[in-house]
Amino acid sequence: MDEVFVTFTILIFSAIRLGTPMIFAALGGMFSERSGVINIALEGLMLGGAFTAAVVTYELSNPYVGFLTALVAGALLASIFAVAVIKFEADQVVAGFGINILMLGVPALLSGAIYDAAGSTEQIAKEYLLPEFARLNVASVLAFALVPVAWYVLYKTPFGLRIRAVGENPEAADAAGVKVLRMRYLGVILSGVFAAAGGAYLSIGQSSFFTKGMSAGKGFIALAALILAKWRPFHVLVACLFFGFTEALAIQLQGAPWAKLPGGESIPVQFIEIIPYVLTIIVLAGFIGLSRAPKALGIPYRKEK
Amino acid sequence: MKILREALYPLIAVAAAFVIGGVIIFLIGDDPFTTFRLLVENSFISRKGIFETLHYATPLIFTGLAVAIAFRCGLLNIGAEGQLYVAAFAAAWVGIKFGGPIFAIGEYEVFLPALILVPMCIAAAVIVGGFWGFIPGFLKAKFGSHEVINTIMLNFIAIGLVSYFTQYYYKIPGDPILQTAPIGDAATIPQLHTFLPFVPSDVPLNVAFLLAILMCLAMYVFLWKTKWGYELRAVGENPSAAEYGGISPKKQIIVAMTISGALAGMVAVGEVLGFRHNYYHGFSAEWGFWGIAVALLGRNHPFGVLLAAIFFGMLLRGGIFVDAFTEHVSKDLVEVLQAIIILFVASMQKFSK
Repeated sequence: MDEVFVTFTILIFSAIRLGTPMIFAALGGMFSERSGVINIALEGLMLGGAFTAAVVTYELSNPYVGFLTALVAGALLASIFAVAVIKFEADQVVAGFGINILMLGVPALLSGAIYDAAGSTEQIAKEYLLPEFARLNVASVLAFALVPVAWYVLYKTPFGLRIRAVGENPEAADAAGVKVLRMRYLGVILSGVFAAAGGAYLSIGQSSFFTKGMSAGKGFIALAALILAKWRPFHVLVACLFFGFTEALAIQLQGAPWAKLPGGESIPVQFIEIIPYVLTIIVLAGFIGLSRAPKALGIPYRKEK
Repeated sequence: MKILREALYPLIAVAAAFVIGGVIIFLIGDDPFTTFRLLVENSFISRKGIFETLHYATPLIFTGLAVAIAFRCGLLNIGAEGQLYVAAFAAAWVGIKFGGPIFAIGEYEVFLPALILVPMCIAAAVIVGGFWGFIPGFLKAKFGSHEVINTIMLNFIAIGLVSYFTQYYYKIPGDPILQTAPIGDAATIPQLHTFLPFVPSDVPLNVAFLLAILMCLAMYVFLWKTKWGYELRAVGENPSAAEYGGISPKKQIIVAMTISGALAGMVAVGEVLGFRHNYYHGFSAEWGFWGIAVALLGRNHPFGVLLAAIFFGMLLRGGIFVDAFTEHVSKDLVEVLQAIIILFVASMQKFSK
């Protein structure tokens, strides 16, 4: 009994740890998508944040400065994405995909130049990583705290109302005097800041250096969580924790002696790993309630002249 | 003139990539001109270089065509990677399963001849790849769910499933690498140097390259010379007008995604039957994703795709030399150039219509 309890506790903490970067990224994606811009660039935005945080933290030996610089980098990177999709009306999926590739290449190129090891940065000493309190990383605490904040901003402030308005009905919002494009820029830039925070946690919290492509699909899972949560903040938290839990379970099951099927074979990890993806497809198809995206999602806005 | 106009925006994008890339290289502390010369020169100065480039280009032609045909129907297939993974495993599975002796008469073992086994393997790749493309097409037509999200999810699912089957059923016991046993000899296709004397013998370029060229032609004929191609393009250009004209967008969406998956699946022909001769997990250097850049740069035209694939093939090969012979710049430069090209082509789309 004790053993079960201990294992379960480990799993819960592990789920929180693994879910943290996704909570950041999915909350960020929520602001972007609620304003009407599809954001598959979350993966790349995370990588940008992860790289910046790792370099700055290593060079200055201060994780807080590293974390904040990552947020700035995320905002800058998201601005490039925003200009492409809002000003130039680039296909949002294609441009987002371009940002993802860019953030595979650029950090690897730069780390090769700065540290002479293409694709990874120097190891940061443990005392300079984001600290833990009561086995919870300070970034996890921040991620949890941001959920009600995001909810309040989205539903209880004029800013949130405008973001939602330009994502649902930009024409009406425009007629009511809302600057549609400006709101979308803000939505996308916020997504960059949030996603970069998630990335920073990966490189200076969960791990102690940056490696090429270290987000390993977490940005996409965050996007899946966002869809599963139907673009709502508290649901995002639950979805991210659930995805974190499946990942934790997959890690725990690898080689665990108690994890056996009745026949004595080990449980194939792959089947647990694909649960989030299968679930997303099922939800998207409308089998579990209707998943309704913001109405103007993906449609560039051009003012009628 | 028309061709010049079509080529203008892609050329601007490539130029922009080299300018921005050059600035990055300069900031890193290397010489941009030397670096770029390393990147492209090796594909021209030797016969080996030319054929190596074509070898790198082969999977990109297939995935470029795959993404392009979906684009033509107004769909974005980000799932070519997953489609080529399941197809490669399927091709290898048939090659292993039917590559051994079929039955024995006394002490004589009977094998399937290559003339039967190779088409079986190709069919397996095409059907399974096509099925993996059909799923998001069907989901979009039936439930309206966005093909982008579904293809992203199906990539992860494909890689998970194939990894499972390889690990639990088709690995040689004790092999530390996640790969299957080799396919039967009769399932392999020849490399070009075995019958073309001017191809250097150390270049793995194989018959799949010829198939890729053939597919470019086939897609051209299909899209512009047949009624089916016309219907598919009509939906891509204006779904409601097409529907008004009696074309079912839902059917075309399913057809386009299925063909797209089948084309992506053909990557297996070159990689499994022509090169590795087994299924190796991680065999794809993200070719499915490269297909998006190839299709964009090639303006979703089969001949444009061919040129774009050869261009990127050249960069991918050149990247190796950049890695080896520059002080700081790594082959990650190629990804940066690819990203800039994608962003520029996408951002210029509204001018080029």
